[in-house]
Amino acid sequence: MPHRFEVISRHKETRAELRLNKLRSLGFVDVQRFYLLDCITISSDFSPSQLQTIADSLSNPVSQKIYIDEPFLPNEFTWAIEIGFHPGVTDNVGNTAREIILDLLNCHSERSEAKRNEVEESLSVYSSTLMLLDGFLSMGQVQKISEYFANSLIHSIRIKNRTSYRNGKGMGIHIPKVELKPHPQADEVNLTVSDEELLKIGKLGIVDRIDENGNEIRRGSLALDLDYLKTIQNYFKTLGRNPTDVELESLAQTWSEHCKHTIFAAQIDDIEDGIFKHYIKRATEEIRKAKGENDICVSVFHDNAGGIIFDENFVVTDKVETHNTPSALDPFGGAVTGILGVNRDTIGFGKGAKPILNRFGFCFGFPDDEQQLYRDKEKNNPLLLPKRIMEGVIEGVNVGGNCSGIPTPQGFLYFDERYKGKPLVFVGTVGLIPRTSRSERSEESPKSDNHSLIEKQTQVGDYIVMIGGRVGQDGIHGATFSSEALNEASPSTAVQIGDAITQKKLSDAIVKEARDLNLFNSITDNGAGGLSCSVAEMAKECGGCFVELEKVPTKYPNLPPWKIWISESQERMTLAIPKQKWKTFFDLMTRRGVEATIIGEFTNSGKCVVTFNGKEVMNVDLDFLHNGLPKKKLVSSNQQSAVSREQRAENTSITPLLHYSITPTGNSQLATRNSQFFQLLSHPNICSTEFVSQQYDHTVQGTTIISGLQGKGRVNGNASVIRPLFNSWKGVAVSQALYPHLTESNPYATAGITIDQAIRNLVAVGVSLNHIALLDNFCWCDPNNPERLFQLKETARGCYDFAVGFGTPFISGKDSMFNDFHGYNEQGNEVNISVLPTLLISSLGVVNDVRKCVTMDLKSEEDDIFLVGNNTKEIIPNISETISNCKVIEEAIDYEILSSSYAIGFGGIGIALTKMSIAGQLGIDVQLDEEFLFAETPSRFLVTVTKENVEQFSKIVTEKNVTATKLGRVLSFNKFSIKNLKNENVIETTVEELEITYKNTFLGF
Amino acid sequence: MNSKLETRNSKPKTFILSGYGLNCEEETKTAFELAGGNADIIHINDWNENKTIINDYQIFTVPGGFSYGDDTGSGNAMANKIRNHCWDELLKFISEDKLVLGICNGFQVLVNLGLLPAINNEYGKRSVALLHNTSARYVNRWINVKTTSEKCIFTKNIPRMFIPVAHGEGNFFAEDETLSQLKANNQIALQYIRVNDSTRREDGNLANGEFPFNPNGSLDDIAGICDTTGRVFGLMPHPERGMFFTQRPDWTLLKEKFKREKKELPEFSDGIEIFRNAVEYFQ
Repeated sequence: MPHRFEVISRHKETRAELRLNKLRSLGFVDVQRFYLLDCITISSDFSPSQLQTIADSLSNPVSQKIYIDEPFLPNEFTWAIEIGFHPGVTDNVGNTAREIILDLLNCHSERSEAKRNEVEESLSVYSSTLMLLDGFLSMGQVQKISEYFANSLIHSIRIKNRTSYRNGKGMGIHIPKVELKPHPQADEVNLTVSDEELLKIGKLGIVDRIDENGNEIRRGSLALDLDYLKTIQNYFKTLGRNPTDVELESLAQTWSEHCKHTIFAAQIDDIEDGIFKHYIKRATEEIRKAKGENDICVSVFHDNAGGIIFDENFVVTDKVETHNTPSALDPFGGAVTGILGVNRDTIGFGKGAKPILNRFGFCFGFPDDEQQLYRDKEKNNPLLLPKRIMEGVIEGVNVGGNCSGIPTPQGFLYFDERYKGKPLVFVGTVGLIPRTSRSERSEESPKSDNHSLIEKQTQVGDYIVMIGGRVGQDGIHGATFSSEALNEASPSTAVQIGDAITQKKLSDAIVKEARDLNLFNSITDNGAGGLSCSVAEMAKECGGCFVELEKVPTKYPNLPPWKIWISESQERMTLAIPKQKWKTFFDLMTRRGVEATIIGEFTNSGKCVVTFNGKEVMNVDLDFLHNGLPKKKLVSSNQQSAVSREQRAENTSITPLLHYSITPTGNSQLATRNSQFFQLLSHPNICSTEFVSQQYDHTVQGTTIISGLQGKGRVNGNASVIRPLFNSWKGVAVSQALYPHLTESNPYATAGITIDQAIRNLVAVGVSLNHIALLDNFCWCDPNNPERLFQLKETARGCYDFAVGFGTPFISGKDSMFNDFHGYNEQGNEVNISVLPTLLISSLGVVNDVRKCVTMDLKSEEDDIFLVGNNTKEIIPNISETISNCKVIEEAIDYEILSSSYAIGFGGIGIALTKMSIAGQLGIDVQLDEEFLFAETPSRFLVTVTKENVEQFSKIVTEKNVTATKLGRVLSFNKFSIKNLKNENVIETTVEELEITYKNTFLGF
Repeated sequence: MNSKLETRNSKPKTFILSGYGLNCEEETKTAFELAGGNADIIHINDWNENKTIINDYQIFTVPGGFSYGDDTGSGNAMANKIRNHCWDELLKFISEDKLVLGICNGFQVLVNLGLLPAINNEYGKRSVALLHNTSARYVNRWINVKTTSEKCIFTKNIPRMFIPVAHGEGNFFAEDETLSQLKANNQIALQYIRVNDSTRREDGNLANGEFPFNPNGSLDDIAGICDTTGRVFGLMPHPERGMFFTQRPDWTLLKEKFKREKKELPEFSDGIEIFRNAVEYFQ
């Protein structure tokens, strides 16, 4: 008999209070009481005394009351809502409760091991939340409420009214067990069919079965177009057979846009080698060559992350990923799996880098936008509103990052209504890895590459080993569906919830132990495409693989082989382990609570061979698998016809706020200026996002030097610095920039100003221009549209020119091409929303001595305020001017004569001064050219210098032939005054006023 | 045997627990080493396999982290695991003249084990709880605390500290009777204090439940408690994240100030003292 526990707080329960407040804010003012219970359901039978012991271990007697097989029955309630998980969805609380129960039973019983295993096999544990509400509500209203707290893609919702709750003894027992019909073989897929049918297979997937009404039920899109399918057809024709479903699904994963970056690799116009090779990679190659001995790159583009020199013993790695589509469907789960996924890219760099910092960047629709959109014409499938997406995504990175013990100091929020159809969720992780293994380093030649931890090489005969989580149906077709626009058919199986603790155990076991014991030859992440991609990728290093799929541990029985092979179930990595090291490795993993399983062997057969229960289900040439896909030829167009541009503008009605840049209004009346200024300061792209910084742990690992909030006034800074080793003063600095609102009008300039900003942000805190690397993330839209391709090409051209100009190499990048939404509005009219073509540049730098780092907050009265650089109307950065300005800042920081510094960005000098002032809680008195108050001219810095250092500062400025203009001084009190060159007041206010406006937008979030 | 005598003139050794989501073990180890001690990080499963290994140590520390992802209540699952496997060894350790420290998640574990507050020496009885923050959200920010127990070994001679908190469940709760006993026994070791509105400096007055000074809604602004001997101590804030001068969020401001006053920049900050007190107890 199964059992159920319900836990309720004895006292004030803040979670319940907040939910009640939320309901009231949503308009359900009538709800009087709200009870929140955490429920655990267990599938196996136990004696009453055992149940009591279990109950004691699942609750806290000081603060909670627990009910065993007895419903909580208050007098006042009208409705009960229970939210649990759908079968197969990761249930972390359930899993922990199961572990607690098993540990408890095992250590208090004398059972034999066989008996224990039996108990372990049969015990499943599920968590759910029960809410009891008191209020006059209709069923419809209660459903609405439940939808607010649940996401029907992952949660099951059960609702009972008072009568049925009381009559039925509470909610009763509900066990969300996965039951699959056995499907023990691979199916043949007939490819000797018409082009029309081929297209159907590509777009809608392989036919799974025919339902009772005679309709074809297909398995979900393969995102393969006709070209690709024809190539596959021909390949199997030469083999004289049809492919199996395992083979076709495997090819679809490997050839997906997500994995092969087909658009970045394709010929565009006359760029035969594609824009990745032609612009991004070539920039890095040329920079490295030009830098010669001073080259900072260690590993670029080929590994899971990029790596640069930290010091003579260590390499610092960085990778920035996107998780846009999953986050659109389930914001929380999408964001958790995003951040945990990019952590694994770090763990999968070389033989395992330790994650030392997380970064984030979110692009959302405006949170006050409540216009509902739908995926389907019938309006059954609503799109989540921007605010809901925002809350879920922020919470997801909170849980993923905080639980993993990785500081998350740096990131941004950016809003535009064109992110309403699909948010952009950027997540990045910086790692640190010794160049050689520990034992090796202690020997005489520390730089010996013999046992490098940076290079990895799968050897023939190595076991293929999977470690971490198990495989389930969750995460089927993630790679292929992110290679398409979001529409009605987007599969919910692509949605997953992360399990940070399973991954933390894996990460610690690899990075802190197995790596330094030299127990494996190679390692990579199971991300997109699951085993099919990770194993085939590693097999390239030795020339083949042989996999026995039935050996793969699964979450539940009866998964068909194709699902086991391509499932993207989280928290798993694949390793190549020499046979003689397996036992040591396995023992270590077992002691660390990490499941490790041999699933096959690496070979040199030239083939990827997969069997299932002894039967061959895949046998494909590795060369075809990796290089067989036909190269695309794309044509771009610069025909930005007035009509289409106008339509685009009309569809999206661009928010004008950030377009104050370089557009003087001509109206210098103080009141107008002031109100305009305050409006700008409160814009969500400029204002405080302290509520995010404060919920992301940025002090864990004890490495903080400069965090995301700077100064007494806690202003969001643009760069963060950590000191990753306690025995060295060297630091790692990270920043980022994006200017997507410029891409439509000037994509080339966008690349320039974005790179310029990302670099200056680092220089401003104390990084030398010589030690900066870049990461590119292109989140584009509608790549079949030649105009979009033109913007892409132009942006990439800008990336080349400016990266080479500044001497800052790209070390890693990622593109996401299909950020479009096709759906319907409330009136049932078709709506298409494409994201702003968005280039995110993330910058990574190394600081020589963190004790010299400078923050933005004004430090002391009477310091002089200087503008470094020229005010111009040019948005394309002047490379040599930026470099000279950077050199001035660098040298001044090295001499420790700057008391504060800031790289001017969004909102120009006006906003820069404001943020410095709020951060330092000190006023200013400055005079400047009013025309450039909000101009976002690149290249420039604002700095403050104490009187006694002004002479030395001026000397540096003169030497570097740079313009530095004294704007005014820092005040000892709170007056904030900006005058124009005619000495008229432009802005006059107080620091308090500014702080209130700056922090008001997201107050209460 | 008196462990004090045993280790006099040698460095005391700290046992730092790790595994299952604990994550502050490395910086905590550094803290004990910088304070003049030795420290080893030991995985809970290695301890289970060799239970008496703890006898080789003078200080037992459960560091911060997210053991079992806070599922079923922060610290609960890890406390269960320790109770199931190493309870006798831990009780023996406490009965000797040794020290136990729990930081953040470690504090939550000690409270769930009933090692704190252990009124009337009832080690093992849960009598206080750390509930969800009143914001029901994780919070990481710098706070000021003052020390309020003469008993607590770890907070000796530290009047006040500026160190960060980082937790989702730090809201200290106890029934009235327990609370009065804690007060009577001098077991309230740390309390959150406010920052004066005009001077922007802490003035020694209690936070009185007000956010952000009291970051989680703790009863009586309690940030840390000790047992009746003062040798077992748990606290929500992270002293190891506030042990270096450059970890402070205001260090760049202080640096400017010190420079202008021609003062040397310090290397350490408030948090290190907790670890120094622990190490000095054995010297």
